[in-house]
Amino acid sequence: MKSLLLAMCLVLSLPNGALAQSPTVQDLLQSQRALIEKSSRRTIGPAIDALVASGLPQMQNVLEAWQAKGMWQRKGDGFFFAARKNDDGTFILQDFEDGADVATVSSAEIKQLKPNSGVRAMIATALVRFQLTDTDITKRADALDSISRDPEAALLAPLRASIEGETDPDILARKVRLERLMTMAYDTDVPSRVAAINDMSGDLGVDFRATLNPILSTSRVVSPTAPDGNIAREVIVGSDALTHSAAYALLVAAGGAPVEITADARDTTLEAHIDGGRIAGFPVAQLSSEAVRDQAYDALVTRGLAPPRVTQTDIDASLASYRFFDVYDDPSPAVTSAAEAALAASETRVAFGQAADLGLDALSLASIYFLAAIGLAITFGVMGVINMAHGEFIMMGAYTGFVVQQYVPNHTASILLAVPLAFAVTFGAGVTLERLVVRRLYHRPLETLLATFGVSIALQQLAKNIFGTQARPLTSPSWLDGAWVINDVVAISYIRIAIFILALLFLALFLFIMKRTRLGLETRAVTQNPRMAASMGINPDRVNMLTFGLGSGIAGIAGVAIGLFAKVTSEMGSDYIVQSFMTVVVGGVGNIWGTLAGAAMIGGFQKGVEWLNPSNTLAAQTYMIIFIIIFIQFRPRGIIALKGRAAGD
Amino acid sequence: MNRSFVVRNPSVLIFLVLLSLFTLVVTILSEGFGVGLLSTSFVKVLGKTLCLCLIAIAMDLIWGYAGILSLGHFAFFGLGGYMIGMWLMYERTRQIVENALSEGVLPPTPEEISTGIGNQIFGVVGSSDFPLIWAFADSLVLQLAFVVLVPGLLALVFGWLAFRSRVTGVYLSILTQAMTLGLSLYLFQNASGLRGNNGLSGLQNLPGVTAPQSVVSLWFFWASALALGLGYLLVAWVVSGKFGSVIRGIRDNEARVRFLGYSVETYKLAVFTLTACISGIAGALYYPQAGIINPAEVAPIASIYLAVWVAIGGRGRLYGAVIGTAFVSLVSSWFTGGQAPDIDLGFYAIKWVDWWLVLLGLSFVLVTLYAPGGISSFVDKLAGKTMEADR
Repeated sequence: MKSLLLAMCLVLSLPNGALAQSPTVQDLLQSQRALIEKSSRRTIGPAIDALVASGLPQMQNVLEAWQAKGMWQRKGDGFFFAARKNDDGTFILQDFEDGADVATVSSAEIKQLKPNSGVRAMIATALVRFQLTDTDITKRADALDSISRDPEAALLAPLRASIEGETDPDILARKVRLERLMTMAYDTDVPSRVAAINDMSGDLGVDFRATLNPILSTSRVVSPTAPDGNIAREVIVGSDALTHSAAYALLVAAGGAPVEITADARDTTLEAHIDGGRIAGFPVAQLSSEAVRDQAYDALVTRGLAPPRVTQTDIDASLASYRFFDVYDDPSPAVTSAAEAALAASETRVAFGQAADLGLDALSLASIYFLAAIGLAITFGVMGVINMAHGEFIMMGAYTGFVVQQYVPNHTASILLAVPLAFAVTFGAGVTLERLVVRRLYHRPLETLLATFGVSIALQQLAKNIFGTQARPLTSPSWLDGAWVINDVVAISYIRIAIFILALLFLALFLFIMKRTRLGLETRAVTQNPRMAASMGINPDRVNMLTFGLGSGIAGIAGVAIGLFAKVTSEMGSDYIVQSFMTVVVGGVGNIWGTLAGAAMIGGFQKGVEWLNPSNTLAAQTYMIIFIIIFIQFRPRGIIALKGRAAGD
Repeated sequence: MNRSFVVRNPSVLIFLVLLSLFTLVVTILSEGFGVGLLSTSFVKVLGKTLCLCLIAIAMDLIWGYAGILSLGHFAFFGLGGYMIGMWLMYERTRQIVENALSEGVLPPTPEEISTGIGNQIFGVVGSSDFPLIWAFADSLVLQLAFVVLVPGLLALVFGWLAFRSRVTGVYLSILTQAMTLGLSLYLFQNASGLRGNNGLSGLQNLPGVTAPQSVVSLWFFWASALALGLGYLLVAWVVSGKFGSVIRGIRDNEARVRFLGYSVETYKLAVFTLTACISGIAGALYYPQAGIINPAEVAPIASIYLAVWVAIGGRGRLYGAVIGTAFVSLVSSWFTGGQAPDIDLGFYAIKWVDWWLVLLGLSFVLVTLYAPGGISSFVDKLAGKTMEADR
């Protein structure tokens, strides 16, 4: 007990001794003691400011401890300490000044400070300026995140101060950029704001535009003459920006004109003055047109029973005697004009960026159409068989991928496994279909269409019975997640890049098989003249079967690829079948380059229309189909038409 | 229509007699005027089936006789339905709105009525203004004319474009399919002015008619039977004359007919437009019985089913189209309605609701492969006739 007392005396004497030289952490805390003890979001501000303003490096620890509910107050003298708990339930108090252990006390002697969430948020803001110069790089990055999320004029100075000592180039770049943005928004010096805006003029970043927009915010002012302030523009009544009724409403709100009597208000007044089946002498039954109702109301007005109607002439007269202005909230014309110019420059560049982004979108859509159509380019384009079940082969491939993922949990391995399996499954299905149905109908193309349609509805319903009607996910490997972000405007997801590459691979594969292999040679021979080919020793039945299987197999692989970004459902095939046929027909039957051109044209056109009319993909598809129908008028045989006898009907 | 036409085509007479008998029997058995053996909803099913038979006859004319496999005739069918649906919906909404407004203290003004109707009809697509295409929705006569004119005009323009650039065979099929897909996508938009994917509803209620549905359903049944009878007569007459010979010639060898000096494109265009008009009438009779029409009705799949019905019935014979359509659509509604008994295999119970489409698809493949003449080829065999060449 004696030793404890002695220790306490020692501890007590320590801060008091230091007081003589310069204020210690404890002195500062004690000076704000009343506020800290009863901390609330509304009152704590000055206390935190005072602590931070001291500039003491230990303050960071104090604030962090406080924020984490790690600051304790000794009941005896009201001093604040950090504390850690011993195994026996006692606490060791630590001084904030140097981190030294001060005393061991029981839990009854001390009280934990529990700041509420509002106070903790304010402490966090205050901490940001310390964290900007923290040695831990992640803390500095966090601090920058926090500032850009919630910028504040007070943080500009510490941010500037922290740039000097920054060592990490990435963080430095972020700090400099943020400093420029905050200078625009918060600096008090007009020339430096203008300079900051001009520095970044034309920048593509979303943050830049988000900073400029509040600078350029305006409020609409009604006034007979031009008002004081930084006028953005005069708004002409009757233009798109300000309709007559909106202008009059503004005028009414500003007290410059009487409230307009709406039709509803007029009718309410009329109803209130029904007297024995008549209103101001007009029989109620006659009030079945706007004109008569107006007359009846005017009669009420002359009897002094209602406020006069505001006629169109009155409205026009009122509007004519006032002018409407948009006035910048920011008082400095130099800043706002620089910001307008910078925003315009940005928007021009953003428009270019968006055009590039649209191009990428169109490219990936074209790749998808190409993938869906390439199998068809073989069965329809080369063999001339209309396979309405082609879409269902795409679906079968996608479901194969889904089933594989049920057994192989590793996404990368399962996709690598799913691709050959999907090919095998749909190749088998294609060969079966060719042997059982298509072969018997080679000379009746319209009936092939109908028979394969029968297969299509049967397969679709079969898939529904097996897998249910709900959409099944086909999860892509994690390395395909995310997007390649070129800047804030242009970005493309890795999956779309993968599909583009896959489309190119398929193109190469198709060309290789058709031009460089025995099968391709035989296929071309059989398509051109089956009898002649047969007399040369080629078995047309076998070649047709293999070709059909190949086309179907490629549809299966396309199904895996399409399933990765669209849900796998039993109807996914029918979503693509019409587009696929159009791609082949528009491109020109019998030529893979035609299919490529067709896919590019359809994809590009559809994205183009979507760009003109965003948020309406339905309209885009409608216009695309109209476009195709008209296009077929001018090139009935597609973009790339085969010439000579091979092109025969 | 002279005597020799009917004499040369006894099947027409037989068909008309059978149709009249059928109508009579249904009327006697119905709830509205008869003993009540057939429920009102079943009378509606039969009436709708008659409308489908009518469009099937049109399909048979264009495909079975002219050799043009159109996969877009349901676009015309749907348009016909939309045209009559606009009047039905407008007129009924007008009455409701007028009744509601007349309960107010002041008599309603024309502006109030118009705004009220607009709100009622277009509220679901977030609008209250009447699109331009509704300008004549208050006139039954004009909308009835549009039932024929709008599908006819679309067919005329589309057909003129397609036939003059000599799009034939499967290409034409795909193009017609694109047409109906385009129409359905267009109608799916709220901006189309036809209530987007909500479609037009409440069409079973005739404005100003207080008769119960059991009676109204019979009216429509009779109208459908009459339309089918007249349509059959018209198409049979068309195909029996010189015109019919020319379009069969086009089907069998287009180039040869062209070299003989016939304007193949004009003939095709005439057939295409005529069948579109018939389809429009069929649709206008169908959708008031169905009660609702929405853009899904004109999706490409519907038109393919139409081809399926005609093919199963037997192309190139008008009664084949009727038999095929009636058979498949009635059997289809029997199976999908859950009335067909499930087959319990012990390890798996076949529920026909789930498996009917599989059966239909496969049987369709089998018909195409083994019975290109369809069901009606059996009728022909019974009648001792030899099969007409139909390729």
